[in-house]
Amino acid sequence: MRNVGFVLRRELAAYFATPLAYIFIVIFLVLAGTLTFFVGGFLERGQADLQAFFSFHPWLYLFLVPALSMRLWAEERRTGSIELLLTMPITMSQAVVGKYLAAWLFTGIALLLTAPIWLTVNYLGAPDNGVIFASYIASFLMAGAFMAIGSMISATTKNQVIAFVITTTVCFVLTLAGSPVILDFFADWAPPAVIDAVAGLGFLTHFQAIQRGVIDLRDLIFFGSIIGLALYANALILDHQKAA
Amino acid sequence: MEAVIETVGLTKVFGTKTAVDDLSFRVQQGEVLGFLGPNGAGKSTTMKMITGFLAPTAGTALVQGHDVTRAPIAVKAAIGYLPEGAPAYPDMTPRGFLGFVAGIRGFDGAERRKRVAAAMAMTQLEDVALQPIDTLSKGFKRRVGLAQALLHDPPVLILDEPTDGLDPNQKFEVRKLITEMSAEKSIIISTHILEEVDAVCSRAMIIAAGRIVVDGTPAELAARSTRGSLDDVFRAVTADA
Repeated sequence: MRNVGFVLRRELAAYFATPLAYIFIVIFLVLAGTLTFFVGGFLERGQADLQAFFSFHPWLYLFLVPALSMRLWAEERRTGSIELLLTMPITMSQAVVGKYLAAWLFTGIALLLTAPIWLTVNYLGAPDNGVIFASYIASFLMAGAFMAIGSMISATTKNQVIAFVITTTVCFVLTLAGSPVILDFFADWAPPAVIDAVAGLGFLTHFQAIQRGVIDLRDLIFFGSIIGLALYANALILDHQKAA
Repeated sequence: MEAVIETVGLTKVFGTKTAVDDLSFRVQQGEVLGFLGPNGAGKSTTMKMITGFLAPTAGTALVQGHDVTRAPIAVKAAIGYLPEGAPAYPDMTPRGFLGFVAGIRGFDGAERRKRVAAAMAMTQLEDVALQPIDTLSKGFKRRVGLAQALLHDPPVLILDEPTDGLDPNQKFEVRKLITEMSAEKSIIISTHILEEVDAVCSRAMIIAAGRIVVDGTPAELAARSTRGSLDDVFRAVTADA
């Protein structure tokens, strides 16, 4: 735990040592605000909820999270600092988890800074704050799942652009896995069991389930497993590179 | 006497190329082993395997009796390692970077500050302590790498080209540092610079195509040439590699 903490703190400090952190936060807040008010019609809807705000999060994360995750391991490999990190007396899982948690926590900070919209909706009406709280959890878990997948993909390449593009593509497919866009592709030839399995992978389905205000254990386990599996694969990929 | 560093049939194969071929040697306390050899001879690969960054294809390395393939954490804790090119985190300052390394190495609070200050003093980094590593000259970057390797006063030092990019004064300082520490430690350095072997090493090993071709004291090596020149010996034994 101690070592995870050191890796996490170093990584998080590195975000704020460069303009990266500030640019990310500003862009995230501006886009989230713009989409909520102008595309989502937050005021015109005349409803005291944050549907218009949260429904855009998966799409924002789709390109903002890979922008953060692409550098996690690709950058370490490019600068060679990975050789320092992995010859320190820490285990591979401590390194993987520490770096991942820093990146996830950072998206959490950006998410917390959207609090003014929560204050606004409470000023304008009487929203169900339980639902809003659940939506924040859903949004944070979604970002975490994207980040874990991005971290894993970042470990496979030195090239950050490749990591970005592949992560965005993979996350896009997983987000829509429960929707007709992806299911129609399987409908004609795959057995029903496969179709059900693919449909169950849909991030959006699980995201919307929590966002409705029902924090179902199954949805939490779903996101937890995605994160766990991706990080496990991340460590395996790095171990494999040692042996290559 | 038990060897501090021991490699047993250490082998690394990349695809079809054998980079390190069944390398076995022992280093005792107080020895400074100079790794010599042409580019691509397998010097860095050998160091990466001893430090646990690369897994050997066959064989293993032991540091203080710990097998790097079985107890990597114990091995890594005993080693101070300067990787090739002295990588660091470019956005960090030397002080921040060394503080991070000290934390990972298990030092807390006042002890941590003391270790960082001592490592910076040894490598004369005080003047640039708060500048991003990115903006430092090659010589300073190399010294940041040295500082992080020395910080925990390890019994084993593995330094990949420690004086590369340094000016003659800095080279002199680094060599003096290595010589001063050599009695209590086991040190492996790799170098292209043959005069460095004379200056700091108690033993020299020339490696070509992943195998040991010469192993002896610098004086024994020089004696193999009619002119007493290490350069001649180096050229003679590695020319056909």
